[in-house]
Amino acid sequence: MPNQVATVRTRKKIKKGNIVIHCVLIVASLLMILPFVWMVLASFKTFGESIRIPPLFFPHSIPGKVFSGEKGLGYLFTNYQFVLQRVDYFGQLYWNTFAMIAGRILLAVFTSSLAAYAFAKLNFPFKNFLFSIVLVQLMMPNQIFIVPQFQMTVSLGINNSIAGLIFPGLVSAFGTFFMRQFYKGLPNELSESAMLDGCNHWQIFTRILFPLTKTPVMALSIFTAVFAWSDLMWPLIVNPDNHQATLASALSKIQLMSLVFKTPHLMAVSVLAMIPMIVLYLVFQKQFVEGIAMTGLKA
Amino acid sequence: MKQKTLHRPGKRSHSEWAWGYAFIAPTILGLVILNIIPFFQSVWLSLQDKYTGRPGFGNYIRMFTQDGLFWRSNLNTLVFTLLTVPVGVLLSLLFASLLNHNIKGRNVYRGIFFLPLVCAPAAVAMVWRWVVFNSQSGFLNYLLSKIGITGPNWITDPNVVMFSIAIVAIWSSIGYDMVLLLAGMQSIPKVYYEAAKIDGVSPLQQFRYITIPLVSPTLFFVIIMRTMNALRQFDLSFMFAKDTDPTFPAVQTLIYLFYRETYVKLNPNYGSAIVIWTLLLILALTALQFRGEKKWVYYDN
Repeated sequence: MPNQVATVRTRKKIKKGNIVIHCVLIVASLLMILPFVWMVLASFKTFGESIRIPPLFFPHSIPGKVFSGEKGLGYLFTNYQFVLQRVDYFGQLYWNTFAMIAGRILLAVFTSSLAAYAFAKLNFPFKNFLFSIVLVQLMMPNQIFIVPQFQMTVSLGINNSIAGLIFPGLVSAFGTFFMRQFYKGLPNELSESAMLDGCNHWQIFTRILFPLTKTPVMALSIFTAVFAWSDLMWPLIVNPDNHQATLASALSKIQLMSLVFKTPHLMAVSVLAMIPMIVLYLVFQKQFVEGIAMTGLKA
Repeated sequence: MKQKTLHRPGKRSHSEWAWGYAFIAPTILGLVILNIIPFFQSVWLSLQDKYTGRPGFGNYIRMFTQDGLFWRSNLNTLVFTLLTVPVGVLLSLLFASLLNHNIKGRNVYRGIFFLPLVCAPAAVAMVWRWVVFNSQSGFLNYLLSKIGITGPNWITDPNVVMFSIAIVAIWSSIGYDMVLLLAGMQSIPKVYYEAAKIDGVSPLQQFRYITIPLVSPTLFFVIIMRTMNALRQFDLSFMFAKDTDPTFPAVQTLIYLFYRETYVKLNPNYGSAIVIWTLLLILALTALQFRGEKKWVYYDN
């Protein structure tokens, strides 16, 4: 009996403790989400509403006109229309960003996996020295390469193009390092028995080992995507033409046009820019979080 | 063993060499062309005068002795680093340990904390600058006024704006650090905690004597990475003030200065000197942290 009492008591204690934890986490989560909520709400306000003191939480005028039947449903998105009319190349921005991310993912996954397989499973002279070339880059801030890289894009004539956006992501030191950890973990028997069946290393790589690395490939892809997506300086420099910008670099330029675009317009642009990645994140949330955790722990 | 002799090791290893070189060729060539050569080019550029082309330390001398903005951006960068790294890492550690309890909705919380990471810093900065921090019609000062605090001019006060940027940076990075730390905590065997519980060790002591030592390698990695990123912060400062704003001197970080010298003032030589200095700063602080590593980081094996 006394034992039972004790367990009941600890259970109660745990529950009380959990309530405190939930309270802290809920407050913190609200602080994380509120800026997004305000962004969305502000994108449906009129300019006057957006600068009201004290601030107005919900937009009135625009939805009001829609619900009273004065304006059609499309009027709800009037700030969005305003922006899309003036930045009429917005679709192009989506495409540029998508192409840059997709290009960098494909290249990083392909070149890194190939090199990782060689570094992990094959023997050749100077292997350690060559691998140290990979390692030393992990420490370097990429800004240190930017000036010469930019000059290269100029001499190649790929400024203001998708190739220019992809350029620094042709290969990935981090990807090579990261993938090598996984290839090292794969049993040698797999490749040895394939070798006996007459497969060459290319066939072993493409048919047997590469398909086994789906999880780290997914993690590397997400990592590459998130960092390409955040990149601001390179797109600003290499593709100064407005039409060839990425969403991130375009936002920084749109923000400067304060005579045309007011707060509600800026928030509409932010929503438009964020939506694709947030939707992807909500769909693949588990892969995103676990992929990023994996890239951190293996590095 | 018999099979190997059939294959004649000499020939086989030569073909293995060839495959190995072929497989690493794209990566190594790419790294040499895109990074190794550019690194030396940057060093060389920084040692040349833009106008005369004459080699020398002119850019560095100018940087150290004549450029007040350079020292100001060093200060700004260090202030930003000192504001964001300790607070960000401590908060991530706190939330990771809270989520390490067996509570309902853990994945939901984790997902919410992680959300800013998938939003580009440019977009995030814009939202904070225009609807959160706005001193009159912004929501932050409104919330603060509800609890009796008069909020500062987050964007327009030069003494405050770096704090505002630091808040956004912490808000954006907590999710990432927390996910790493949580993964580290979850790999700690439960047996340790059960044994401690039997011995009557309090939860706080468990955290201090079990969780912290065993998660310390991850914690060390997070601190190193966060410091490196903070020292080359650019995006948020760039989005928070352009060079004509009165707050600009207070937000300009080293990499922002590099960007302006190189691409606005079109002096890549001077810009390269700044970026090399930044690299040296990063290396020095990283080396310092590795020296401290032995004192508090615990490796199981």
